Amino acid sequence: MLPVKHTTEPTVTGTSVIGIKYKDGILIAADTLGSYGSLAKFRSLQRLRKIGNYTLVAASGEYSDFQYILEVLDELLIDDQQQADGKELQPREIHQYLSRIMYQRRSKVDPLWNQILVAGVGDKDDRIFLGQCDLYGSAFEGDTLATGYGAYIAQPLLRKAFRPDLTEDEARKVLIDCMRVLLYRDARTINKIQIGRVSKAGVEISDPFKLDTYWTNPLFVNPS
Amino acid sequence: MTSIGTGYDLSATTYSPEGRLFQVEYAAKAIDNSGTAVAIRCTDGVVIGVEKLVGSKMLVAGSNKRIYHADRHVGTAVTGLLADGRMLVNQTRSECRSYRSYYGHDIPARILNERMSMYMQKNTLYGAARPYGCGLIIAAYDIDGPQLYAVEPSGLSYSYYGTAMGKGRQQAKSELELLKLQSMNTAQAVKEVARIIHLVHDDV
Repeated sequence: MLPVKHTTEPTVTGTSVIGIKYKDGILIAADTLGSYGSLAKFRSLQRLRKIGNYTLVAASGEYSDFQYILEVLDELLIDDQQQADGKELQPREIHQYLSRIMYQRRSKVDPLWNQILVAGVGDKDDRIFLGQCDLYGSAFEGDTLATGYGAYIAQPLLRKAFRPDLTEDEARKVLIDCMRVLLYRDARTINKIQIGRVSKAGVEISDPFKLDTYWTNPLFVNPS
Repeated sequence: MTSIGTGYDLSATTYSPEGRLFQVEYAAKAIDNSGTAVAIRCTDGVVIGVEKLVGSKMLVAGSNKRIYHADRHVGTAVTGLLADGRMLVNQTRSECRSYRSYYGHDIPARILNERMSMYMQKNTLYGAARPYGCGLIIAAYDIDGPQLYAVEPSGLSYSYYGTAMGKGRQQAKSELELLKLQSMNTAQAVKEVARIIHLVHDDV
């Protein structure tokens, strides 16, 4: 048998992804940076992707593993279409499939080094779905989720803001505020983010846009 | 030329004195018993229609479809032995999948056709395996636009503007020749295909 190699560390990485449910769907945000260690090397990466007509996936961690996952999901969707049963894979089903793959790789001690948010509005019961799965094979759902530094910094802010009847504008404001705090505090971020929305209308990913930052605090003006 | 190949038709590995492979020709006969399939390549796509012969009122409508997705940009239809046809569709899907995995791109129509033709031809080389008793219609939309191919059990295939296979193919082909295929769009072609299938349907 050929010698077996195992993943030991990621190379090009994406930082936090955060997500929050609102009344009619889910909003997800992430920046567009692929870090090469401490070098901000790839500054226009798409970390939010549309899968089928109902689902959005967004990844932190190793970008090449995310690209592989996108290929696997593409094949999954083609196979689903070939059933020709008039039904499309639901977000919950895609989350389950991904979780199984992640756990399988973890069990071979050769993980796909990612933390992935899966969000979607399907057409069955439990219509609004937000879930996460990671390199350890852990998988869970939530009203608010965040990966990486987002889990420490953004999650408390998201949880405080969450209400089942949150409007889209309120949710968007919370997400942008969280991304701004992450920009201030996480050293592997850049000032260019995307917001993805899933709702009854389908999946929509915004063009990248800039975050405003505020440096007028006296502590910055007159550091002592 | 006699079409009874007595003695020379027992194996696909035996030529007749006239240079014919009778087993391959007999395989083509299997297609003639099946419901007609008609296909038209249009300016903006390809239309395939299939005459489904319903054996009994007990059968659930919509089961045993004869037209299949093979990839996002490819559709196929089978005529002849439908169980053999399913194997061919699986192989078509496999070719599409592996091309996409290797090259990161939709398989071009002519390459898919080449692969399926070679695949069917393989079964004409050995005494141990029989030729596929089906005709395969491949409809694809790639970077060169819409294309239509039809593969026979011998592995022979051509690119068509319009073709038909199965029971009513003679009459269907005559009807197709009357149409201006190269200037038709899919909306018009759907009506023509449906009309031709109705026309050639034999109520026996």
